[in-house]
This record gives sequence, structure tokens and C-alpha cells, in this order.
Amino acid sequence: MPETYITRSSAIAARMLAGEMMVMNSMDSTFFTLNEVATTIWQAADGRTPLREIVRNQVCEQFDIDAAQAQTDAEQFVSELSQHGILLVSDQPLRDPSGPEGR
Amino acid sequence: MIVTTKEIECVVQIGDIAIALRTDDQHFHNLLCQRYAGFLSTSQPELALDLDLTSLGAVTDDDVRVRREGKEWLLERGDFQARWDPLSGRGHVRQSPNPYALDSVLRILHSLVLAARSGFLLHAASAVCDGEAYLFSGVSGAGKTTLTRLAPDSVTLLTDEISYVRPNPVGYSAHGTPFAGELAKAGENTVAPVSALFFLEKGPENRVDELPPAEAVRRLMRNILFFAEDHELVEQLLATACDFVQKVPVRRLTFYPDSRVWDEIRNFEGMPTHA
Repeated sequence: MPETYITRSSAIAARMLAGEMMVMNSMDSTFFTLNEVATTIWQAADGRTPLREIVRNQVCEQFDIDAAQAQTDAEQFVSELSQHGILLVSDQPLRDPSGPEGR
Repeated sequence: MIVTTKEIECVVQIGDIAIALRTDDQHFHNLLCQRYAGFLSTSQPELALDLDLTSLGAVTDDDVRVRREGKEWLLERGDFQARWDPLSGRGHVRQSPNPYALDSVLRILHSLVLAARSGFLLHAASAVCDGEAYLFSGVSGAGKTTLTRLAPDSVTLLTDEISYVRPNPVGYSAHGTPFAGELAKAGENTVAPVSALFFLEKGPENRVDELPPAEAVRRLMRNILFFAEDHELVEQLLATACDFVQKVPVRRLTFYPDSRVWDEIRNFEGMPTHA
């Protein structure tokens, strides 16, 4: 089964306030508020770490969630945000959004 | 020093931004002096626009295009085409010979300049009551104009349409603007510290409700005027919106449209709940 790699779009503005991550697409002004689990995935989206590894090492470690359910939820979250151009998804490693070419 | 080829000048100062408006047309100059009568200034202008009057297309509200081209901003609508260089402060406007086109150019220009200074223009009425400014935002029909019409005589209207907000050392201040809505009346050219931002809804009774922080930011961002699909600008505005929500109480104000709502506003003593 191919791995899924995710990275944050460079067209996104993001800000944490009162424990909630807010992300806004500067191209169409869509605005999302991420819950804690989604924020963990968002922050780990470095383009190099497979989604499966993010779920196993971070989501399941930090939250009391069944591994299979966490993977399903993560895939759904990634699919939704990628449809809005907020996350970029590939079966190959992607550039790091916080790196020198990430912005 | 800003050099110009235009002969006739008036300086319009909204908030802390003085803009020289230069034209060769005496009649249009007179129109501008009338239109911005409460906001004419003798200050040294920080920015300058040379105005060329020409016959352009019809006015439409939804075709504003704002984009960067090199070091300049390009502002376009059916009835105007403008270029503005933020480094020199100098710009050039080709526009239909009516003040409404220039009004739109000034709104866009102020939104760009304010964003860089951690301020913003907001789709909101604003008014000063007992020395404190209150902002009233919401979708069209939510009651901005109704609320301003219900204000007692002691209340000073800053605007019924577009509020001008900028940071001060401890929070934010609201300035009057000439940008009028349904009242067709410019606001007073004065300033006061912002005591609260209310998102309006009409209802059977007056009540004030808290808003979760992310919801407050989402509503604020939806009502801040910005015209460019520009990443740097959106990042700056989101940072400003978060800062605003941490410093200023943001609430939902449900109101029954009679003058008692102003008692509710006058007695409001909220703290920012998101700091």
C-alpha cells in the first residue's frame, strides 16, 4: 500500500488562539478551525513523514484513540483539507513548508 | 518630497493617513472638497494620488480587482484604474468623473496601508458613547443602520458603513470615516478607544452573548475589507484579528429594534475573554 505524504500549502495563513488552530486560505478566504487531533496532524505535515507514521507516533500517542479509527479519521481530514487546497497530498515525499522553499 | 504635475490639491485625512488628491479639474476638486468636507486637512500628506478624469465603464460592486505588479499595487474596477507605489506613497488614478470611484480607491488604499500597520477597515457601523467607541458589524440587514438610527443624541456616529480601526498602545482605536452607507452621511472626524465589537442580530429581546475565540476571529475576518488574494496580506490580517480578539471584547448582540438597546450598550462592561 503506498504511503501518503502531506504538507501545508504555502497559500495558507495559520494562527493558534486559545488552544485552537485557525487556518485561512489566502486565495479564496475559506476559514477552518482545527480540533486538537487535526492540529496535531497539521503541525506534523512536514512533507516527509508518512501520514500513517504521524497517526501512529503522534495522534495515537497523544490521544486515546483506536489506531484504525484514527487512521480513517486522519485520511478523511486530509482529504477534506486537500480539496480546499489547504493541505497538499502526494504518494512521494514533498517539500517542507517551513523550509527555505516552503514559502 | 512628492512631485506632481497636477495643479489643484486637497488633502484628505482619515485616521492618521493624510492623502493628497491632485487634479487639473477645478469642478472635480470642488466636488471632492464637498464630499470630504469634515476630513480635509492641512497636514503634510503622507501619500498622493494624481487623478485623471476620463470616461470609463459602469460601476459594479463585485468586479474589484487588486493585485501586486512589481513594486506597485494595481486597483481596477469598471469605473477606475489605479496604480499605487507603497514605497514612494505616490499613485495615479484614471477614473470616471464622479467621487464614488475615488471613494472606492480610497477604501482599498486605506485597507492596504492599514494592514501593514496592524489595523483594518471593517464592514461595521461605529459610534462613540461616553468616550468609548463601539463597533457594530454583521451581514447586510443585521441592523447596522437601524442601530445607528436609534442612537440617542449624545452618541457620536463615526460611520454607518466602514469602520477604521488601528492599534493604540493598549488596545485599538476607532476613527470616524467619510465612508457612508444607507444614512448617506459622513461620520464625525474624531477618535476613541474601542470598548467592544458587537456582531448584530435582530431578535425579540436585547441580550449580549459571548463568542468562542475562533468564531470571533472567523466573523472578524469575514468582515474586514481586503481585496487582494495576497498571502502576505492575509497573514498580517489574521495576526491582527487574533490580537484584536485578545484585547477587545467581541460579542454577539441580539437586539430588539428600539432605543433601549443603547442602554444595553452603555451598560456593557465586558472583558476580552480570549486573552
